[in-house]
Amino acid sequence: MIGLTHYLTVAAIIFTIGIFGIFLNRKNVIIIMMSIELMLLAVNINLVAFSTQLQDLVGQVFALLVLTVAAGEAAIGLAILVTYFRNRGTIEVEDINMMKG
Amino acid sequence: MYQAIVFLPLLGALVAGLFGTALFKNFGHDSQVYGDHTAHAHTHGDHDHSHDDHHGHYHGPMWPMYLTTGLLFVACLLSWISFLGFLQEPHLIKVPVMKFISSGALQADWALRIDTLTAVMLVVVTTVSSLVHMYSLGYMAHDEHQPRFFAYLSLFTFAMLMLVTSDNLVQMFFGWEGVGLASYLLIGFWYTRPSANAAAIKAFVVNRVGDFGFALGIFGCFYIFQSVELDAIFGGAAAQVGKTMPFLSWAPDTITILCLLLFMGAMGKSAQFLLHTWLPDAMEGPTPVSALIHAATMVTAGVFLVARMSPLFELSDVARDVVIVIGAVTAFFAATVGLVQNDIKRVIAYSTCSQLGYMFVAMGVGAYGVGMFHLFTHAFFKALLFLGAGSVIHAMSGEQDMRKMGGLAPHIRITWALMLIGTLALTGFPLTAGYFSKDAIIESAFASHATPHMFAFALLVIAAFCTSFYSWRLAFMTFNGKPRADQHAMEHVHESGQVMLVPLYVLALGALIAGYVFAPYFIGHAEKEFWGESIFRGAENHIIHEMHEVPAWVKYSPFVAMMLGFVLAFLFYIRNTEWPKQLAAMHWPVYQFLLNKWYFDELYDFLLVNPAKWLGRFLWKKGDGTVIDGFGPDGVSARIGDLTAQTVKLQTGYVYHYAFAMLIGVAALVSWFSFGGGH
Repeated sequence: MIGLTHYLTVAAIIFTIGIFGIFLNRKNVIIIMMSIELMLLAVNINLVAFSTQLQDLVGQVFALLVLTVAAGEAAIGLAILVTYFRNRGTIEVEDINMMKG
Repeated sequence: MYQAIVFLPLLGALVAGLFGTALFKNFGHDSQVYGDHTAHAHTHGDHDHSHDDHHGHYHGPMWPMYLTTGLLFVACLLSWISFLGFLQEPHLIKVPVMKFISSGALQADWALRIDTLTAVMLVVVTTVSSLVHMYSLGYMAHDEHQPRFFAYLSLFTFAMLMLVTSDNLVQMFFGWEGVGLASYLLIGFWYTRPSANAAAIKAFVVNRVGDFGFALGIFGCFYIFQSVELDAIFGGAAAQVGKTMPFLSWAPDTITILCLLLFMGAMGKSAQFLLHTWLPDAMEGPTPVSALIHAATMVTAGVFLVARMSPLFELSDVARDVVIVIGAVTAFFAATVGLVQNDIKRVIAYSTCSQLGYMFVAMGVGAYGVGMFHLFTHAFFKALLFLGAGSVIHAMSGEQDMRKMGGLAPHIRITWALMLIGTLALTGFPLTAGYFSKDAIIESAFASHATPHMFAFALLVIAAFCTSFYSWRLAFMTFNGKPRADQHAMEHVHESGQVMLVPLYVLALGALIAGYVFAPYFIGHAEKEFWGESIFRGAENHIIHEMHEVPAWVKYSPFVAMMLGFVLAFLFYIRNTEWPKQLAAMHWPVYQFLLNKWYFDELYDFLLVNPAKWLGRFLWKKGDGTVIDGFGPDGVSARIGDLTAQTVKLQTGYVYHYAFAMLIGVAALVSWFSFGGGH
């Protein structure tokens, strides 16, 4: 029987993969954005799992909201990336360090 | 009337100084005021020895000069009126001016104390000062900062008048320091010259040493007498005889230590032995200033102080012996140095130093009137000599070295004649002013019962010989013989204008007759009535009587010394001008010793100046730079710099570093709320 624990475990694993994807990757900004998506999805899984568990629809409504925001965020992030690539000619994470003190 | 005498010079100084100078007018337009000044400074640099050259031009208004001079002449006239009144009938007047200090037992009010002593000083100061003002109208005619110069002169005069009219020691200290300030300003008048600035600072610092003693003396007087009023001090002095007071770790005799401390101040101001080094350097100022400093103001302050404090000095034999010894040594020392100097103004400067020594010997043996008399006559002929020397320098276009003069007599006959009068008076030629006063001092030194009186007598006679020699040497080297200046300079030799000669006439008149006319009052039969209460003499002090009854050979000794000096100078500088060089070569170490002023400057440099400089540099570099700045402001700022340099490295600019930091933060926060006491 697949219970709440399994869902939460999967979500935790996905979330951790997302986190490590952010700061272990040295190559591509797109991977960072994908990692953010992963983390949001992990949160969604949690929300839906608890919503079912607690018999409360608000959790699922919230998951839909998160999906919308994630879509917006992905669109804006990609737009920034395109502009950035046009200006700099690269989107490698190693090269993006203008804020260095 | 007395307020007018004292405060008219101040009025002139303030008006001329504040409104006559470019201070307000050209405020914010410095380039205009000083633009041509830098060019002027270069001209100074070109002639190394020409001190008094003035090629500038003055375009400003003339009224500040006329105003200060006019006010001084009014003050001078009033002084003579009051002085003539004192000749008729001596009295003591006190003119209250205003409240000054009132703090507990310390009461010091501005008040003018006018007695015979003050009246004499008023005449001396205002006469010489007004004549110097007038002379400066011609002498400084080309200087572009004339109003400032005249304002300083008047300020100087005011400070000196404040000093001599003071009714308490604090007020006297005010004048005392005012004189020091004004002398600093005047000696450093040509402030673009490093040597003038150095001389001004030297005068100021050496005077501080003496003033330190004077200040201690004032404190001591207040400690003992609970008052700084002269009357209270004089009144209480007799009760202090034989008592002791704590001073450092000793318990010296009260009166003696007070007198010695006050005398230390007098030594500084009057350039006595050990504190004399500033006086010759003060020649860096314009020549009229030298005349004013040396004849009337500043250096006479010390003599005046001792005369004023005669009720104290009369009670201490030890203090008076010190005064005698210092005075005699100064007279001798300065006279010997004067023998070999080549700068015309320096010779006269050392002459002043020497004559001040004479005055102090007179003070020390208790013949205060005689010392004051010499001060009085000396003012005339020393001012005459200085202003005459200024006239010579003026004629020589700024040359001061006597070795480059010579043969000037046919070109500037009037100056020559006037300088001869001054020389005669200084050397004590019979019936001139110096004859009466200087011989009286030598006689009083012989007649005295003080322990070192024969020592003083011997040194004074030798000094009289030296005085005669160097005075005639100066006259012969400058005016006689073959011209040693180049053709160009000799063509420019010209007599000074009337505005410079008239003061010389007046002073020459004083140098000739002041002794004869005033001797009966100052040191003759009428002297007791004349001085009255202003000078105190102890019961055993009959010096004036005994002075007139010395053996004949004593009376003739100064005259013989003078003639010897004259003959020797004549032989050396007229008959055979090779002799001085041969003599100098024969006694080279002695010559060098004298030429270098007994190596006093070098000694002080070695003993005091260099250690002070070393200490200053040590405290500056090590103490302030390394320790205080190192651990204080500089150190703290450097550490903060280091810290930020480290902190900045955290800002790598990589997104994943920030993300990692956020993760760690979140993890820490979650851990805290889960396991820590975050409830």
